[in-house]
Amino acid sequence: MTAAIVGVGATEFSRQAGRTELQLACEAIRDALTDAGVKAADVDGIVSYTVDPVEETELVRSVGFQEVVFSSRVPYGGGGSMGTLLHAAAAIDSGAADVVVVYRAVRARSGSSRFGAPKTSPSPTSGHSGTTAMQWCMPYGVLTPASWMALNATRYMHAYGVASEDFGRAVVQLRAYAEANPAAWGYKRPMSLADHQASRWIAEPCIRLLDCCQETDGSVALIITSRERAGDLAEVPVMIGAATTAGLFEQEIASDHYRPDLSVMEGSVALGKRLFDRSGFRRDEIDAAMIYDAFSPILLMQLEALGFCGPGEAKDFVADGNLALDGSLPTNTNGGLIGEGYIHGLNLVLEAVRQLRGTAVNQVREARQVLVTASRTGAILTRD
Amino acid sequence: MRQAPIVTDDSAVFWDAAGEHRLVAQRCGGCGALRHPPRPMCPHCHSLSWEAVTLSGRGTLYSYAVLHHPQHPAFEYPVLAALVDLDEGVRLVSNVVEVEPPDIAIGMRLEVAFIPTADGRAVPVFRPAP
Repeated sequence: MTAAIVGVGATEFSRQAGRTELQLACEAIRDALTDAGVKAADVDGIVSYTVDPVEETELVRSVGFQEVVFSSRVPYGGGGSMGTLLHAAAAIDSGAADVVVVYRAVRARSGSSRFGAPKTSPSPTSGHSGTTAMQWCMPYGVLTPASWMALNATRYMHAYGVASEDFGRAVVQLRAYAEANPAAWGYKRPMSLADHQASRWIAEPCIRLLDCCQETDGSVALIITSRERAGDLAEVPVMIGAATTAGLFEQEIASDHYRPDLSVMEGSVALGKRLFDRSGFRRDEIDAAMIYDAFSPILLMQLEALGFCGPGEAKDFVADGNLALDGSLPTNTNGGLIGEGYIHGLNLVLEAVRQLRGTAVNQVREARQVLVTASRTGAILTRD
Repeated sequence: MRQAPIVTDDSAVFWDAAGEHRLVAQRCGGCGALRHPPRPMCPHCHSLSWEAVTLSGRGTLYSYAVLHHPQHPAFEYPVLAALVDLDEGVRLVSNVVEVEPPDIAIGMRLEVAFIPTADGRAVPVFRPAP
């Protein structure tokens, strides 16, 4: 691929932003443009998620884009977050656009789209997560992403003898990262395995309160352009080395209940094959990984599905310290969606860029290749 | 009382039957494959013809979750959410009833029962098979 991330921007991550998603997006994009040294008038492409509430017309009018020649939205809820990198890179590779803004803005704590609240009807912005989960889960009181995913996680625990403590050890590592990250909800909030085990059940036997990501208000934006142009702009251009998605037959989003074997995240298996086995990148050369951790069980399941350890081995991979800075795969070094906040996955890209620029709070030494994935979408970001 | 299911033109076959206390799946008129959730076309042979066949209502618990939070007034907590693999080979999201949470176990045999909802409809749930 020939595209690069040349600018990133973000608002503060909070529980009460006190302003609209549109304003949050505007602020993040403004900061990303400044970071990139790009003018609003240079932007000709816009990419977001189908579930984002910020409408393109209002965004263009507020930020001052002059002529948008490419726009797209990725389906699959937060699982589509890394697909924004593929859409932007494909637009640039093909010549459809020169400078693409990727954005996501949420008021997932203070707004009307609180993810953890019981959901009994599709919302206008639920996109492709609308009637599917609502029809087949809602009549049974299965009303939240935690409850949808818990059905898969219980099967995973059953298949491989995984216990709540095994998820807890991953959360302890994420919260240790977050403790040092001033942008994180978990900043200066230490958490132990005992705290995890004492936290109340959301969905037994797999998801306790402390296994859940934060419901967060905030926005993240990225500026993506060609490698050639990137060389003139950024001090450290972050190359999109590979970007791909894999949506499988009978796969839903969070309510993914119809594939035969739910103890394996098969979409992530397919994604890993595309990112590594078909691209020339090697798993053992990845310096850090940012893996979508809406709930801790899916972090372990993705470690296995992506091929960093074998089926059922993630609990030992985590317990052996591989997610730590001195481990084989420093993971979610911002604290992840659990420790930092939940900008629906896009804050993981922000952290990947910081790692490659060498500006992360929990910096991996000489990071050259960073993986970003969200279940069925992913990318490998690199620096030269 | 439970809120009525959201019924679309494509899913009405399932919910209309459930309202009459029948558990059905679509069977393809071309290749005979059973499918759930309902859809207009067979993904195997592209036939648009299908019929609704009544299932045995017997199956096995594939997975579950005991839901504690958040709580919605239409349900009693904890909610026992379930994935049930029916003997005919289709999987449903449903509830297990008439079981205490500590006694729920993957692999347990189940049989269908029906619980009324608002709007005079009903949803299929599962209890331990005798």
